[in-house]
Amino acid sequence: MFLGKARAALRGGLRLRLVVGFAVVAVVSTLTTGALTFREARTGVLQQSQDAVVKEFRDSVDARAPGYSDRPDQSELDSMVQELAWTHRSQQWRFLATYANLRAVYGPQDSFDALTPELQRSVRTRPAAVFQRVRQDGQAYLVVGLPVCYAASATAAPTPSGLVLYLVVPQKSEQLYVNALVTAIERAMLPALGLAVLLALLVARGVLRPVRALGRATRRMAAGHLDTRLAVSGSDELAELSRSFNDTAAALEHSVTELRRMEAQARRFAADVSHELRTPLAAMTAVTDVLDEQSSRLDRVTGEAVRLVSEETSRLARLVDDLMEISRFDAGAAELALDDIDVAESVRRTLASRGWPTQVTTELPAGPLRARVDPRRLDVVVANLVGNALRHGAPPVTLRLAAGSAQLPEDGWVVITVTDRGPGVPEAALPHIFERFYKASAARTRSESSGLGLAITAESVRLHGGRIRAANHPGGGAVFTVELPRHGGSTAGTAHDRREGRDGE
Amino acid sequence: MAVRGSHILNDMPRILLIEDDAAVRRAVQLALRHHGHEVVAASTGEEGMNYLGSFRPDVVVLDLMLPGMSGLDVCRRIREREQVGIIMMTAKGDSVDMIVGLEAGADDYVVKPVQARVLEARVRALLRRLDAPASGAARPRAESHGDLTVDRAGMLVTHRGRPVGLAPSELRLLLALSAAPGQVLSRQQLLEAVWEHSYHGDIRLVDACVKRLRGKLGDLGAPRYIHTVRGFGYCFRSS
Repeated sequence: MFLGKARAALRGGLRLRLVVGFAVVAVVSTLTTGALTFREARTGVLQQSQDAVVKEFRDSVDARAPGYSDRPDQSELDSMVQELAWTHRSQQWRFLATYANLRAVYGPQDSFDALTPELQRSVRTRPAAVFQRVRQDGQAYLVVGLPVCYAASATAAPTPSGLVLYLVVPQKSEQLYVNALVTAIERAMLPALGLAVLLALLVARGVLRPVRALGRATRRMAAGHLDTRLAVSGSDELAELSRSFNDTAAALEHSVTELRRMEAQARRFAADVSHELRTPLAAMTAVTDVLDEQSSRLDRVTGEAVRLVSEETSRLARLVDDLMEISRFDAGAAELALDDIDVAESVRRTLASRGWPTQVTTELPAGPLRARVDPRRLDVVVANLVGNALRHGAPPVTLRLAAGSAQLPEDGWVVITVTDRGPGVPEAALPHIFERFYKASAARTRSESSGLGLAITAESVRLHGGRIRAANHPGGGAVFTVELPRHGGSTAGTAHDRREGRDGE
Repeated sequence: MAVRGSHILNDMPRILLIEDDAAVRRAVQLALRHHGHEVVAASTGEEGMNYLGSFRPDVVVLDLMLPGMSGLDVCRRIREREQVGIIMMTAKGDSVDMIVGLEAGADDYVVKPVQARVLEARVRALLRRLDAPASGAARPRAESHGDLTVDRAGMLVTHRGRPVGLAPSELRLLLALSAAPGQVLSRQQLLEAVWEHSYHGDIRLVDACVKRLRGKLGDLGAPRYIHTVRGFGYCFRSS
């Protein structure tokens, strides 16, 4: 569990990872250096001290050995030990002399536990001084075994006399020295660790600052600020990354600008075309009345041709008018002229002005239903939906107007529903029904409408901050629902509104 | 302000058309003549201004987008001197804001392309505004509302004893509002009563005209005569 947490923490942040990494490196290097130094120093210290001890012991024994008898007895061994102990009394050396089964120690209670069997064996087999370091009861001792040999001449091999002298030296000062060394290493580790952490933090800062800046810049880009650039300093990998980011951002900005320019150009083109078509259309439209009136007086064929020209001129005029309207929506130039009106009255007027009251069943509230809307756009919305139902649906066409709905509060929304009993809209066409020039079926390619009616309707509703949707009734027929906010909606506060607010009381 | 006789509707109404596009100019001229108007057409604002004195039109039909002197300037210059009716022709998507045109003093506007019968209906409505008293011929000749005197029969408005030169739609709007002091009229009601537009006409006409009227009556800032009733419309009340 702890490991898991640690792993999560390590993954968590670059800063933590760097700190941990630096700390581990510092500890490991301090420990390794310390351990090696310690080993060498300790070996040196101990070697020197044991060499000195062995030499002094041998000298001391050599000086007395000629006086020893070939076969010493217990009292002789005792005096040997006594003499040695007396000579080295200041050094706290302890001696043991053995010969055959005889043992002599200085001090009665000295058991010489430090004397190991291996050492004794080794002393018996080799005619030279043997030593061993022994640790007993937390105290280090140097044990030296020295067999006394006789040499017949200077060149002959020495023969062991059977007398062996042992020396046990407590190594207190050496132990203190080694302990001091360990403490020194321990003490060195703390500042090294602190320094490592500090360095790690510094490095982390150096790395993290550009990384964070990069993160912020990326988020800003994502939020749509394509002009975001990073300040590049230095020439390391991070600076290189920042430079690449800047290059990418510049390329992206360029592409987006280019795309926007092209899109604006395409839209402008549509607007310009409509604009250019309008002037000749204005001249033609102005005289359609004259044509209409005169066509009855012309011969059949010419009259027919003149009527066709007149009708199609009107159609073209409506199409161009709708195109201009769409262009205004695209350019964001469409404005709302909001007014508080009785929506029920507005709907009645819309139907009446188009001669539809007999074709449409209305379900209107009994009293006035006041809302802040653009009356002209509401007229267009209602007329387009009812007109669409009359053209493509089948009677009875029903228009229902209500304040609120099951989901919407009464005082906040006006809901207009137009239903018909026709074949409904094909399921595949439903998502596209409000798109420009979208024809739900091939049979409808030539209809009275421009193909922009529902698109303009949807844009008008959206401009009000409202919603529009199309669906099919389970019992057959299409259902168009428009929800308009009663108090101006999200896009309220148009130029007209501000003007109105200024001269109002 | 010159008192206009009721001869206008009987005689051939005189229309000055200022339109730069030759085809549109010819077509509109042809259509209006066909409807029985006497039409003089000009291709620039300057030319149109010259005709103003000699031709004495009842209504000016003015294209808002003109080369040289702009339609707006022509509109303002005409308003400085004449109380003639002005109908602007604008087009959707024109760079000139129609509202600015209305504030420059136009009485009404039509959107190009316009059918002759629509333009003709607007001209007729405007001529009616110039002609007959709004209502109540039996009312006393002059009504006083504070410093404001409205003479319905003589179609004269004086403010603090001075005659106020009102454009036809302004006059008609004032008459409609002051006919029922204290009564709130919706913008739609005013559109129908004054401009003879449909219920769904452009309410910006009403707002722009109210603003102009207030300006001429010194009624801007804190209105004394024409009050905005928020959420309903306008109300005439002298206070």
